[in-house]
Amino acid sequence: MTFMRPAFLALLALAFCVSSPTSFAKPAPELVLQLATGDNDAKVAALYAIAGSADPEALPILEALRDDTLKSLGGKQAIIYDGETAIDAITGAKLAKVPDELEDVISNNRVTLALEGALAALDLISPDKATRLAAVKRLQDSANPAILPLLDKALSVETDAQIIKLLRLTQAAAQLQHADKTVRLAAIATLGASGEPNAKQLLAALLDKEDGKFKETDESIRVAAQHGINAINSHLKLGEALGGLFTGISLGSILLLAALGLAITYGLMGVINMAHGELIMVGAYATFAVQNLIHTHAPGLFEFYPLIAIPVAFCASALIGVLMERLVIRFLYGRPLETLLATWGISLILIQLVRTLFGAQNVMVENPAWLSGGIQVMGNLILPYNRLAIIAFAVMVVAGMGLILTRTRLGLFVRAVTQNRQMASCVGVATPRVDTIAFGLGSGIAGLAGCALSQIGNVGPELGQSYIIDSFMVVVLGGVGQLAGTVYAALGLGILNKLLEGFAGAVLAKIAVLVFIIVFIQKRPQGLFAMKGRFVDN
Amino acid sequence: MNKTLTSRLFGPKAWIALSAFALLALVIVPILNLAVPEGNALHISTYWVTLIGKIMCYAIVALAMDLVWGYTGILSLGHSIFFALGGYGMGMYLMRAIGREGNYQSDLPDFMVFLNWKSLPWYWQGTEHFLYAMLLVVLVPGLLAFIFGYFAFRSRIKGVYFSIITQAMTYAAMLLFFRNETGFGGNNGFTDFKRILGFPITAPETRIVLFSLTAAALIGFLLLGRFIVTSKLGRVLAAIRDAESRVMFSGYNPLPYKLFIWTLSAVICAIAGALYVPQVGIINPGEMSPANSIEIAIWTAVGGRGTLIGPLIGAGLINGVKSWFTVAFPEYWLYFLGLIFILVTLWLPRGVVGQIQSYFSKQEKRA
Repeated sequence: MTFMRPAFLALLALAFCVSSPTSFAKPAPELVLQLATGDNDAKVAALYAIAGSADPEALPILEALRDDTLKSLGGKQAIIYDGETAIDAITGAKLAKVPDELEDVISNNRVTLALEGALAALDLISPDKATRLAAVKRLQDSANPAILPLLDKALSVETDAQIIKLLRLTQAAAQLQHADKTVRLAAIATLGASGEPNAKQLLAALLDKEDGKFKETDESIRVAAQHGINAINSHLKLGEALGGLFTGISLGSILLLAALGLAITYGLMGVINMAHGELIMVGAYATFAVQNLIHTHAPGLFEFYPLIAIPVAFCASALIGVLMERLVIRFLYGRPLETLLATWGISLILIQLVRTLFGAQNVMVENPAWLSGGIQVMGNLILPYNRLAIIAFAVMVVAGMGLILTRTRLGLFVRAVTQNRQMASCVGVATPRVDTIAFGLGSGIAGLAGCALSQIGNVGPELGQSYIIDSFMVVVLGGVGQLAGTVYAALGLGILNKLLEGFAGAVLAKIAVLVFIIVFIQKRPQGLFAMKGRFVDN
Repeated sequence: MNKTLTSRLFGPKAWIALSAFALLALVIVPILNLAVPEGNALHISTYWVTLIGKIMCYAIVALAMDLVWGYTGILSLGHSIFFALGGYGMGMYLMRAIGREGNYQSDLPDFMVFLNWKSLPWYWQGTEHFLYAMLLVVLVPGLLAFIFGYFAFRSRIKGVYFSIITQAMTYAAMLLFFRNETGFGGNNGFTDFKRILGFPITAPETRIVLFSLTAAALIGFLLLGRFIVTSKLGRVLAAIRDAESRVMFSGYNPLPYKLFIWTLSAVICAIAGALYVPQVGIINPGEMSPANSIEIAIWTAVGGRGTLIGPLIGAGLINGVKSWFTVAFPEYWLYFLGLIFILVTLWLPRGVVGQIQSYFSKQEKRA
């Protein structure tokens, strides 16, 4: 539609001269007649006139045109006929008898577009805020001088800051073709300061060339437009950079949640748990189950289901973790490669179990209202609530784990066993019990990760498989036996991955990260592989 | 201790068994398949020949795994990448051997025409020559293993770290091969082969030749493996497995030893992959999924690590059961495989062959 805009504007200017922009008590009869019987140009002109007047009483006629119930009677009378009764569109009088020779009003694309603009214009003065917001957003795309009076009118009564901002932008866009040069320059300045991608397009249109010559003859306007574009570009770049940083931190927080449980079971206890990804999956499915239960039994609580799912997911995964430790892993301490294979077997069984219980397809986990949507920080930078929530959640989980490990008796025991198993046992620490509890804790945190992941991605039986390699990379890079390393490694890998993705695409970025890790451990093997406690070679 | 185990495995009885196997695979099966008419009770159908040929390829892979894991203590969770690379090398030759008979009647493989490629990428140049393609089959995985191994072993990455890094490497490669623009046929990989060295690829005679070649390769690699593990080199390898630090303190640098066996193992895997593709008729990135790699480890573990014969038996057992299970009760295969992983590590740490050996050695002690 953009290419039609210049033609439009010329037409509009015409329409604007013909019809007076003052407000009518009712839509002028000749405009209504024009709508029903005129040719396309006349219809468009009439629509813009109606839009400019912003008269709520014109609404039924516009809706009739939209719904194809506006008919023409012999090219002389406008009739609204809904299939049963016929009403004279101008007088509002009901016709005694439905005339036989009603003709449909044919609208082409241009008319439809103008009609949408006119309907939006009428919405602009609606008492409902959401309707007004939607209307101004729709108007933004078809800003033209004809709606200026309407915008002025709306601005004079509008109180909402967000709508006022949008109205001003739309107003500036409409003023770009104004007769007064100072008004145009002011409009360009407003658009340039907005930082919006749409505004950039509008300004770029001012620099269009035709036959090698600028369409815009005034050089000072062109210079101003170029300045405006530059300002928007730098604004957009900043938004992009911040957006990249945010997605990097978001990915980092997800990796952190996924790897944190591993940092305990692997980093502190030296157990290679290949089923860790499946424990994440169990947490996600627990969230799914809680969602369904609440949906059927307590729909009123649906908004809060993720909060209820958090402890459930923790307990579900922790329970499976404790069972794994008691039944299998306990017999394999000190044989890491065998542990790896046995836990891989457990992961296969868990995957198939979930397939049997919930089906092989992905299941739907919905965001509650407070987790959907996001904050629009800049024109091209939206921070989704669910990602923000996960970042906050990851911070809380890390803090919670830090507290448990450093401030509680259990944490003391876990650290003691990690540092020297025999010695801890000698001074009376029940090492088998500590092992079980620590493993359960690590598994439970995997469940928490699953609960968080269910809010941003697909939940399916293979969910865990896609995270296991990444989370091992985090733990390997971060070094074992400490939480801080895991945090740095997760955030670093997340941001690095997203940065590289910008240059090279997702797959190459993954490969590059892997190569980076291999090269990195060439440089600092002992720093990263500071094997503490039970993991001493031979 | 290790030496005696191996030599016992290759006692007179083992040599007889090996000769019997060679006779069976190289003479009797071909006769029963080609010369005995269909319908005869002794006839072996081409389906069985292909299935057993496929399992023998897996057995070669398990043997390669035994060399690095069973004898050197390096558990690779990425061996399927070498297998798949070998397969892709052979697959590309087979794609080129179609000539202009593909769906698009082009010199380029069908998938490249489909993706609007104008010419072969440089790394596939020359693959229409069989010998060059076979050179690629050996060199590319060998070189990859060498470079990766050099960096990994030099910084003394071992144990589970090494396993996890190999898994990540294979995972990254799988992602790369899944892409359309990398020239590996994307999701579908290479398929629709027609002939190999001018012979139709589905003909029973070709199948039997491939089958016999696979059997010969299996026997050859078994003998090579025996030669290596009974040599002085093999003893250093076992020493590295049992106490790497002590080996270093004794003045040995483990790097060349590990690098040698690791690269050799990769090349053996690649050759198995190259034998596998013409028999199965397809190669796609799914072959190098982490799950496939880790399955190789369980074949080796079930049969018995560090026994050479064991992995062959393990690969045969698991894959035999798998082809039956996935047809009879596909739902339960993962439960079964998972249980095998757990039970073998808990109760059969030495595998089937290791268990039998220890049973016999107890008997001997009593006698």
